Amino acid sequence: MSAARAAHPGIDNPGASAVAAKGWLAANKWLLARRLSQALVVAVFLTGPLWGVWIAKGNLASSLTLGVLPLTDPLMVLQALAAGHVMTAAALIGAAIVLAAYLVVGGRMYCSWVCPVNAVTDLAHWLRTRLGIEKGLSLNRRTRLWVLGGVLAASAVTGAIAWELVNPVTMLHRGLVTGSILTFGSASLITLAVFLFDLGVAQRGWCTHLCPVGAFYGLLGRAAVLRVAAVNRAACDDCMDCFAVCPERHVIAPALRGADKGVGPVIMSHDCTNCGRCIDVCSKTVFRFDTRFHNVPSDAPPSKAGVKAA
Amino acid sequence: MARHHKTGGDAVDHNRRAVLAGTVKGACTVGLIGALLAIPARRRAEAVALRPPGAVAEKDFLAACVRCGLCVKDCPYDTLKLSDLGDGPTLGTPFFNARKVPCEMCEHIPCVAACPTGALDKGLKDIKNAKMGVAVLVGQETCLNFLGLRCDVCYRVCPRIGEAITLELSHNARTAKHAFFIPTVHSAKCTGCGKCERACVLDEAAIKVLPHALATGQLGKHYRLGWEEKKSAGGSLVEPSPEVQVRGMEGVEMTPGGTYKLEKRPDGGFKEFKP
Repeated sequence: MSAARAAHPGIDNPGASAVAAKGWLAANKWLLARRLSQALVVAVFLTGPLWGVWIAKGNLASSLTLGVLPLTDPLMVLQALAAGHVMTAAALIGAAIVLAAYLVVGGRMYCSWVCPVNAVTDLAHWLRTRLGIEKGLSLNRRTRLWVLGGVLAASAVTGAIAWELVNPVTMLHRGLVTGSILTFGSASLITLAVFLFDLGVAQRGWCTHLCPVGAFYGLLGRAAVLRVAAVNRAACDDCMDCFAVCPERHVIAPALRGADKGVGPVIMSHDCTNCGRCIDVCSKTVFRFDTRFHNVPSDAPPSKAGVKAA
Repeated sequence: MARHHKTGGDAVDHNRRAVLAGTVKGACTVGLIGALLAIPARRRAEAVALRPPGAVAEKDFLAACVRCGLCVKDCPYDTLKLSDLGDGPTLGTPFFNARKVPCEMCEHIPCVAACPTGALDKGLKDIKNAKMGVAVLVGQETCLNFLGLRCDVCYRVCPRIGEAITLELSHNARTAKHAFFIPTVHSAKCTGCGKCERACVLDEAAIKVLPHALATGQLGKHYRLGWEEKKSAGGSLVEPSPEVQVRGMEGVEMTPGGTYKLEKRPDGGFKEFKP
């Protein structure tokens, strides 16, 4: 173990070399932007109840912004449909807007930029690394697709929107925007459960393996335009920092290591959450946000002989 | 570790770390099971919780409501709440507790206007047609009016005074000289706003708003009310009974109602009766 750590100090403290190379701010740029975005998604709902300035009403299930913009979770509409209810115009328009937006920016951008549970599971993962807890319960990341199927089946059988009895995403967001998180209620209990599950039971257990909301948005992201690309992959020195921080680490290798196989530099997996953490922690500036259209091998400058060997 | 210690301390440190990690894992598992069990364990039976005005039937409501809370936000009186563990209704769905804050029956029904999903039916244009539930005077042994007093508060606060709640007079046999003024709810007019329940002066309300099915009962689907059928058909639906001959009444004329026209004799018998 010590030997492995000595070879790859990044695994113990990913991002250290990026901080040294680029400075702390540049090495945490996207993480900070993401936390800000997640905080804003809560804050816009809180200005009304706290100060009487209404920006958004409702919660992540369905909301109305500035009195004109309806947004509805399309998975909710789908569950209602399975349960036998066709929603009224406001919800359908809201769901269409959400669908259109995530088709462009990448479905799982919801997970890393909007969903409040992300901050909880990221904290659990950070603590888990700090405490040196090994991987734990092994789950297949496709489990979430089965959970998603089960959610729709349960809605169809019971005639009720089934996932809302469990959904930590809406429960936590509801708890944050109504203040009920401060009580010993569903929001705090389910959040605690997810946190403890990710900390002590399964590494990145919830978001990466089980959450059907993430699975649904992942399916939406198959054709997404906005992507992370390893444009400068020739400069990669195999420090493994990006793998250490990535919540979906299987998405990186094809793009980062695909030069010899003629694979383009864009991360095309719909599991990628566009969190941008790999961009942050790379001291060689290998990654950047790009579009799916720049995915021919020639979009990444050719490998310089000797870089890998060094 | 290599950051904090010289190589010699590594083994000891690694051991300590493994113990710590194991402890944390165990604690997390215990905590996780605890939190998951606490969710159903915190459920408490509450007799009834009322849905906002315009709510579709409960079965359909759970297929439509996304628990967004927009109705709650637009309720100007903070009547509506989203259900949490122990509140009774399905987690996250809107409800109100009439004893705490009743529905003020806003003219423009903002909660219905706010609903994006159709869980609250936009077809409800007049709040007087709302059916959030039906008030029932359950405390017939404690209601002050039932005890012979003139409390009348539920009647007075009813937004449909004299229609949804009326005071029905009856004789008070206990005092033999007073009347009972019995508050009587008419389910066809009651919106279930709960102002009566809120205002009831007792420690525990004698009048409570209950969901329709609980409050009114349900006749078997095959039941027909003869007098209603007769009214809508404009006449009796059954053939008049054939004339029945009664011994001793031969030749006596019958009324269309099927009774004999009889004249009493001074000795108590009937003039027409010839035994």
